Amino acid sequence: MKTSTMSKSKTFIKRFGAVLIWLLIWQIISSAVNKDLLIASPVQVGLRLFELMRTGAFWLAAARSLLKISEGYLLGVISGTLLAVLTAAVGFLYDFFYPMISTIRATPVASFIILALVWLKRDNISVFISFLMVLPIVWANVTQGIKETDPKLLEMAEVYSFSKGKLLKLIYIPSVMPSFVTGVTTALGLAWKAGIAAEVLSTPKGYIGTELYNSKVYLETADLFAWTFVVIALSFILEKLVVKILKNLLKGERIHDKNK
Amino acid sequence: MIRINDLTFSFENKPILKNFNMTAEDNSITCIVGKSGIGKSTIVDLICGLKKPESGTVTVEGDKISVVFQEDRLLPWLSVKDNVKCVSDEKTAEYWLSRVGLADSAELTPNELSGGMKRRTALARALAYDGGVLILDEPFNGVDDETKSVLIDVIKQQAKSKTVILITHNKEEIAELSDKIVALD
Repeated sequence: MKTSTMSKSKTFIKRFGAVLIWLLIWQIISSAVNKDLLIASPVQVGLRLFELMRTGAFWLAAARSLLKISEGYLLGVISGTLLAVLTAAVGFLYDFFYPMISTIRATPVASFIILALVWLKRDNISVFISFLMVLPIVWANVTQGIKETDPKLLEMAEVYSFSKGKLLKLIYIPSVMPSFVTGVTTALGLAWKAGIAAEVLSTPKGYIGTELYNSKVYLETADLFAWTFVVIALSFILEKLVVKILKNLLKGERIHDKNK
Repeated sequence: MIRINDLTFSFENKPILKNFNMTAEDNSITCIVGKSGIGKSTIVDLICGLKKPESGTVTVEGDKISVVFQEDRLLPWLSVKDNVKCVSDEKTAEYWLSRVGLADSAELTPNELSGGMKRRTALARALAYDGGVLILDEPFNGVDDETKSVLIDVIKQQAKSKTVILITHNKEEIAELSDKIVALD
């Protein structure tokens, strides 16, 4: 336990040190270029971020973007999982949906954003785009997890007459869980980036993407860097949160089984 | 009782069993012996209905079959006790775990067990399911001699009211347990 804590704090110190070095490199480059329009210094960005954080509009924009992208993400996770279960159960449906899902994966996100601009209200475009980015990833991972379920365990369940519910709870869910976790964590980063890109192109009022777009239009480089930092920070926090929720869920499942 | 009549089975165009006949009587232990890869475990799968014969029939009298497979086939994410509870109630699981000498290891997970302990868990699961037919595919692999003699007594006791099929290479086990021997060649 002690060794693990020490190794964790060592890793933290190393990473913190690396961040400081990169900030220093950034500062040196911005001083050498000496043009705020091209590259703002870390100090300028920090100060601008602090200013922004003191306004209500900043928090509202962050909350709106977070809410909309999370909405699309959750819809994608739920639909991708249900679709994977359905396509695994009915072979014909797998063949039917495969071309559509492959097409979604191969299509550039910008094409979908432009199409969504025609079809949807600006406020909902990031929901739709993050949903589209998440669905194929979760579907593919859950499908793979189902396919890789140990056939010998399934045979054992057949001999011991497991009910469908027991089969799902005791064999399929634990077997699929590692692929599911990989899928939802990979999809999260993608949903977030694609969602913000959708906001940049659709410019709904009072969202992070729109603020990024405005920074570009008004050549506010410090603002651009500050909002980008916000996107990175929120993505990081969201990923940690999802991993923590999944870990708790997995822990709960095991405890539940033991007390069954 | 188990009756296999004129059974033929091939896997990937390779004949495994050809016109195979066998009967396993109630309240007795039938040992199936033969070289590795000759099809002993295939017979287990055919009896359990996990594989379909090309021709011939397999008749099993009794509604439930308890099996100790050649591999342990334990659920790695569950404890030893939960693995047994999958097929029975808590009291029955505890009883059989104590009979096979695993009462103190009930809360461990399969990856924390030795090979012999995994076999014993699989055996406890099969006994807890209480099928009228008990199939044991090399159940003593990795089990130490002292525990083995306890398990042999348990199996002998089970054979008084069940149809037991034992697959093994070990001559001592055959001598100790078999009422009838079916040799595959």
